[in-house]
Amino acid sequence: MRTLRVLLEKEFRQFVRNAFLPKMVIMFPLLVMLVIPWVATMDVRHVGVSIVDNDHSEASRRIIEKIRSSDYFSLKGVTESYEAAYATLETGDADVILTIPQDFELGLGSGSPKRIGVDVNGTNSLKGGLGSQYMTQIVQQALTELRQEQAPVVTADFFAVQNRYNPTLNYQHFMVPALMIILLVLICGFLPGINLVSEKEFGTIEQINVTPVSRFLFTLAKLIPYWIIGFVVLTISMLLAWWVYGLTPAGSIGSVYLAALFFIFTMSGLGIIIANRSSTMQQTMFVMFFFIMIFVLMSGLLTPIESMPAWARAITYLLPPRYFVEVMRSVYLKGASLVELWPQYLALVGYAGLFNAVAALTYKKQS
Amino acid sequence: MNDIIISVKDLCKCFGNFTAVDHITFEVRRGEIFGFLGANGAGKTTAMRMLCGLSYPTSGSGTVAGFDVMTQGEQIKRHIGYMSQRFSLYDDLTVRENIRLYAGIYGLSRYETMRRTVTVLNRLRFRSEADTLVGSLPLGWKQKLAFSVATLHRPEVVFLDEPTGGVDPVTRRQFWEMIYESASGGTTVFVTTHYMDEAEYCSRVSIMVDGKIEALGAPAELKNRYGAESMDEVFRILARGAKRRE
Repeated sequence: MRTLRVLLEKEFRQFVRNAFLPKMVIMFPLLVMLVIPWVATMDVRHVGVSIVDNDHSEASRRIIEKIRSSDYFSLKGVTESYEAAYATLETGDADVILTIPQDFELGLGSGSPKRIGVDVNGTNSLKGGLGSQYMTQIVQQALTELRQEQAPVVTADFFAVQNRYNPTLNYQHFMVPALMIILLVLICGFLPGINLVSEKEFGTIEQINVTPVSRFLFTLAKLIPYWIIGFVVLTISMLLAWWVYGLTPAGSIGSVYLAALFFIFTMSGLGIIIANRSSTMQQTMFVMFFFIMIFVLMSGLLTPIESMPAWARAITYLLPPRYFVEVMRSVYLKGASLVELWPQYLALVGYAGLFNAVAALTYKKQS
Repeated sequence: MNDIIISVKDLCKCFGNFTAVDHITFEVRRGEIFGFLGANGAGKTTAMRMLCGLSYPTSGSGTVAGFDVMTQGEQIKRHIGYMSQRFSLYDDLTVRENIRLYAGIYGLSRYETMRRTVTVLNRLRFRSEADTLVGSLPLGWKQKLAFSVATLHRPEVVFLDEPTGGVDPVTRRQFWEMIYESASGGTTVFVTTHYMDEAEYCSRVSIMVDGKIEALGAPAELKNRYGAESMDEVFRILARGAKRRE
């Protein structure tokens, strides 16, 4: 017990004396939580539009007005020449060209209107796809309004859409729990690993290896500070999510912390395994970057696992963050609890045990 | 029998095709200052690391403080001290904190830790530097501190790997006084060095060439055997036969 105490004392002193780590632990969550949710948004807004108006009618004016006043689009110009509009697409000024054909209104009156052309820049498939969708909706809307004014009829509303769990489909509410997970991966997974490798690089671990201290105690003393830091960071992030984005867990905070506990154990175990297997900082960093890429892109943080091909979905079961992502989203947005999420908790416990066992086995005091 | 503290027979260490340590056999008596000499790359550090339980021997056998180097590395570690070639205390901890850390690791009580810290600080005339970060000390001071930490728990044997490399002559002399003090207190000292004047201070020395022990005996005995004036000359005669590059 005394050994663990002196080792912990050493780790905490070294942490506090480090010129960079304490600042990073505070600034990193602040920056990530305050900046990223505003910039990393998949909502499409201010899509540039060039309109080719060949009709000059009440209907075309209505459509143009509707687009001009919309937040989703920014009107780059109205011309009569398709070539001029196409030029704006080529320069990148506009991403959508809307072509209203001649005698469109006339056709509308007779019930067989000519088709409106929508050209979309598909370079960014997300922007293009959503852009054309919004465009057809907005034109549809403008025309319905116009018809209503001219000949009021009772129109049936076919759909009653309700967005459960995230009523305003706020993208930030989707991102914030994901960002918390990325923070925990970096701080609890990679910092202790980097710390361990730096002891190898400085040669200080050699002096430790020649003492009777057990590798288990030494590793534990390295991890405990980062476990504590992990919870500090998580708490800061949850408070920011609440103050800045008005997002609080719909479920219990206890479920978040419990899952975080298992997840932190898992990630720190992984960090130690990587550190045990590498001898230089570069090596460690490179392997960690590889894992970060996989975790961010494949564990459902940003893109839904359901849309991945079957083989990729199979791989995601091997990624511990996958389970934590499910827990965080379900608890935060749906208010789920341990009762529904026990398989995810169980998976996290399993991975925590596995990784830490391997971490303990791969630390060699004798080579 | 009990006065043999290190006993090694046909100890080998191979890295792939390369035999770093090639069937070495020797014994070290309790309380001796045993000089372990050899050119760079002769295999001294590798041999020492095997004796300290940092590296597994490829073949051969040996005991340190009565424990088997093959299977009882962790027990050996309780009874030895080690000072590596490269300074390996924590630069970002103070003198006092480094001492406390290692005292704690070796299981010294809080009272005993305090007592020995004071002893070490006094002996090194370090009292004013007790709360200085180790990283800002001059090299000679660091080495003396490292030696004090390696012997803090009063080990039966202390292994010193080139402890005086890069250290000025005055500090070197002080360092050897500390070694003598330890040895007179009953600790066996196993030391490697490149300074042949230091070799003269040892009770017995072995000289390694290309992974093998070429000569072993008291300095006077070796000088006699090779008809040399000094240990320096003995070393030159033996090292000339080396085929291994540095």
